[in-house]
Amino acid sequence: MSAKPKLAWYWAASCGGCDISTLAIDDKVLQVAEAFDIVFWPCVMDGKTSDVEAIDDGGIAVTLWNGAVRSSEHEHMARLLRRKSRALVAFGSCAHEGCIPGLANDTTRDAIFAAAYLDSPSTANPQRVLPRTETDVPEGRLALPAFYDTVKTLDQTVPVDAYLPGCPPEAERIWDALQALISGAAIPPGAVIGAETTVCDECKRTRSEKKIGAIKRTWQVIPNPETCLLEQGLLCAGIATRAGCGARCPGVNSPCIGCYGPNAGVEDFGARYLAGVASVLDADTPEDVDRIIKAGIPDPVGTFYRFSLPGSLLRRAARR
Amino acid sequence: MTDHAHDHDHPFEPKIVGFLCNWCSYRAADLAGTARIKYKPNIRVIRLMCSGRVDPAFVLKALARGADGVMVAGCHPGECHYLVQNYKTIRRFQLLKHTLAALGVEDARVRLQWASAAEGQLLADAINDMVEKVRALGPLEWPHRWREDNGLDRLDAEVTLEDARLGPPHPEERAREVRP
Repeated sequence: MSAKPKLAWYWAASCGGCDISTLAIDDKVLQVAEAFDIVFWPCVMDGKTSDVEAIDDGGIAVTLWNGAVRSSEHEHMARLLRRKSRALVAFGSCAHEGCIPGLANDTTRDAIFAAAYLDSPSTANPQRVLPRTETDVPEGRLALPAFYDTVKTLDQTVPVDAYLPGCPPEAERIWDALQALISGAAIPPGAVIGAETTVCDECKRTRSEKKIGAIKRTWQVIPNPETCLLEQGLLCAGIATRAGCGARCPGVNSPCIGCYGPNAGVEDFGARYLAGVASVLDADTPEDVDRIIKAGIPDPVGTFYRFSLPGSLLRRAARR
Repeated sequence: MTDHAHDHDHPFEPKIVGFLCNWCSYRAADLAGTARIKYKPNIRVIRLMCSGRVDPAFVLKALARGADGVMVAGCHPGECHYLVQNYKTIRRFQLLKHTLAALGVEDARVRLQWASAAEGQLLADAINDMVEKVRALGPLEWPHRWREDNGLDRLDAEVTLEDARLGPPHPEERAREVRP
């Protein structure tokens, strides 16, 4: 057996993009394999939960976890890998803040099941069968993980040592984090690996005084490539979003959508973003403000909490 | 389902967090006090220099931690001690309300109230009105919304009921919420 420190990767409620972004570090992945004994990585190699169970508690140096926690299986794995790992890193927006899977917190398990198994136009389910955690068949009892009503972030499930934001984290930032791990540098507890400023600071567009009389949707305009997108009436989340991506989206004429999460010191991404947008609206009465926002922001939760609903202060919408 | 039992012995008393500006609305509350104008004790007043200081996160945090409603009070438009900051309050408040409505928080739970330093009676009436409207809506109990029986033990990193509430827990609740 090698004496190299053990490294594990896991994915829960995620799309696989974090793993793809990891492989975008290219041949440097070989340096990772040199430095670490990769014991578990479902995306790229075969492995069983029992292999993880067989490792001593604390026997894994670092686990990089991507994905939100939306089922009892995810929770089981989070607890198992937490117990086995000396450090657990929330890798990517899903683990950090809930991300796109977390938008399920705008609705309920019942509504999701109805949409997925009963009401969708391509579904034929005359017996109205829904997933159940236990089903008795002649061969015995079959089990499925429980599907939670509320998606959770990783640190709402188990303690987390550090965070790597982004949907997905940019490969350069992943390599920064891996280099730190390879060098054995101590990661301060609770650290968010990345910049401590906003996307605006990395954005090359020219900015001037902001006053927005109407909010435009991206399909309505071809933006001027030189000036601030927010000043052009497009909702750009750069004002509230942590830097680290190099302002890639504004760089290609597309507004920032906030995947890197809140800047350092901000507790609630959506609150910061909406406060910033509201401040520059060109309206002084509630009626005028409402006219602008009701026309321009039909989906405030999807706009302000696109990547962070489970990680927000309210975590979810009320169950209606 | 709710963990809070409100019955004859423990009737529901709304908890309202009030963010009042130093120059007008807090003085209105002071005036109500010196003029012996009574208002419901359900409001917990936090004085800020300006209603424009109210970060929407303050409102969300109050609701998330157990408040049943939040009042933001400031100087009338045109009378702000800092000239125009209460216009920013209007904009932020409307956008916050738009977002809260989408999240299913009832309209009456969050209120923006103008009150000049001379309007003690107006502020007291507004507080009383809000308390009764929130009382009619019932408890918000937001901390309980993500607590479901998911078939597993309580979570290590989850906020406890105690730190999720403004006040000490009801004794019955304390007994029920035994941490692992």
